[in-house]
Amino acid sequence: MFPGNCSRNTYRGAVHACGRARYAPRSLALARRSPDPFPMNALSVRGLTKTYRNGVQALKGVDLEVERGDFFALLGPNGAGKTTLIGIITSLVNKTAGEARVFGYDIDHELEAAKACIGIVPQELNFNMFETPYTIVVNQAGFYGIPRAIARQRAEKYLKQLQLWERRRGISRSLSGGMKRRLMIARALVHEPRLLILDEPTAGVDIEIRRSMWEFLREINDRGTTIILTTHYLEEAESLCRNIAIINGGRIVERDRMSSLLRRLHVQTFVLNVREPLAAAPRLEGYAATALDDHTLEIEVSKEENLNGIFARLSALGIEVLSMRNKVNRLEEIFMQLVEGRGPAGEGGRGAAAAAPPGAAGATPLRAGAPR
Amino acid sequence: MSSVALPGAPPVNLNVVRWIGFQTIVIREYGRIIRIWGQTIVPSVVTATLYFVIFGSLIGRRVGAMGGFDYKQYIAPGLIMMSVITNSYGNVVASFFGAKFGKHVEEMLVSPLPNWVIVAGYATGGVVRGLLVGTAVTVVSLLFTHLQVQHLAVILAAGLLTSLIFALGGFLNALFAKNFDQVNWIPTFILTPLTYFGGVFYSITLLPPWAQQVSYINPILHMVNAFRFGFLGVSDVSIGLAFALMALAAAALFAVAVALMNRGAGIRE
Repeated sequence: MFPGNCSRNTYRGAVHACGRARYAPRSLALARRSPDPFPMNALSVRGLTKTYRNGVQALKGVDLEVERGDFFALLGPNGAGKTTLIGIITSLVNKTAGEARVFGYDIDHELEAAKACIGIVPQELNFNMFETPYTIVVNQAGFYGIPRAIARQRAEKYLKQLQLWERRRGISRSLSGGMKRRLMIARALVHEPRLLILDEPTAGVDIEIRRSMWEFLREINDRGTTIILTTHYLEEAESLCRNIAIINGGRIVERDRMSSLLRRLHVQTFVLNVREPLAAAPRLEGYAATALDDHTLEIEVSKEENLNGIFARLSALGIEVLSMRNKVNRLEEIFMQLVEGRGPAGEGGRGAAAAAPPGAAGATPLRAGAPR
Repeated sequence: MSSVALPGAPPVNLNVVRWIGFQTIVIREYGRIIRIWGQTIVPSVVTATLYFVIFGSLIGRRVGAMGGFDYKQYIAPGLIMMSVITNSYGNVVASFFGAKFGKHVEEMLVSPLPNWVIVAGYATGGVVRGLLVGTAVTVVSLLFTHLQVQHLAVILAAGLLTSLIFALGGFLNALFAKNFDQVNWIPTFILTPLTYFGGVFYSITLLPPWAQQVSYINPILHMVNAFRFGFLGVSDVSIGLAFALMALAAAALFAVAVALMNRGAGIRE
């Protein structure tokens, strides 16, 4: 059973009621209780700033909304402010100014309620290396008020789902890097949070395990858990997330639907492997072609062009193509443009870092850092 | 706010969350004490045995009576209390600093547990170890001397309050400590001297008047004497004053620890 379902794991004492019957009245209660104009948001952050004691200004007025049920990517280069932002939301870092709400609960005034909604998989390993995976997960459930008998059931469920059950009795220090990452995911899920924050959860994990983790996260999201993901694997964000924000220098420089953002990319680069060796790059009218070596061609294709033209021209020259791949991850290209201050190519963003609310592709983009 | 509703999930009673969270911290601390019993329980038992053999049986024979009692009988409550003090302090400072150092303190900081529950949980863990080791040392002392029990309630209350005070002291030490050296400074340079000058091995009536007056400043003197009063019915200090000081110290230390946690001292930037 995943977060959102509670028939079997309903626990007495801490829980008064279960299921969607209570969900709608809660939404109304939230709207009445709170002036938050985004009560359907899992996360609302406004004007969040953080200046560390050493004078470093990690956040410079961050505004961000994440819709309930979203799979949301928060990307940025090292030192951009991602972990500080997550730290403030989870109360591991004191904010300097601004406000943050989790499902409408203000972290200044309703911190316990806000934290009850969140599960966090941090960037750094932060479990007791001398405890067993089973103990770690069961104890974490206890910190969220889940009675021990239910905590044991859930620990078994999540350790099995994350393929750690066989290693539950050994000390955690002996786990491999990938297992340690999965243990942190199991620990974050054991209280079945409504908002799961993953700060680089697949760092150092091999591709096979990474892909199985993606499937697992998709399932959790499909069952209603909002997920915020930070990652340096942009392919991961592109594959999993529906909406995206890019943070750079303590500011949100982009906020859009993933699909809208990717559509803005003006040029893609394809790498072609050819059968016969080439003496030089062929002249292809309308395309820029470069020979990487005698069997490899790199061709830039603008968004308006179709690929048939390339093959027609290559065929006319007697060049036989064996295989073709996209040279770079599309999101990576946009990401680099944004963090380098070039702005995404294509409509709506050339030359400036643009920001628009989700679903507003084609709407007037907002300039980076402008008050919203 | 005792109950909160969660979107798409059952409402949660925060009082129940706090209680289960508190139990979890105590269970985890107890598990740690038992898991590393060779470091947490055995050393104090060995040390107490050596004290009884050397100070009690060998040197004590030449000391004669102290406060109207056989020397071994006189020092037994002090030795028990010494083990309670060092273990309740040591448990919390080691466990909480270890959690800070290993970053697993974040497991609790991100949870809905309020800081006062975290402080109470760690302090209770310290009390559990202090009383466990105190009980073990009491059993050892029975191998060497006969222990009377004059006021059982006084013994239990003094043991409980003393272990609570030093558990909270250990928590504060762990909050401020930035490295393992700083974890050891207070036990080495403050706790041990105060304990040795706190009337564990002697009655302060043996001291010159000025030294007696100075000794009254030492809080451990009041704790040891209150504890000894429970066993032997004799004390160098006022029992009422001793309990008032202990209760006040425990409340003040708890309040300070919670206030520092709320500010994020030593745990949040």
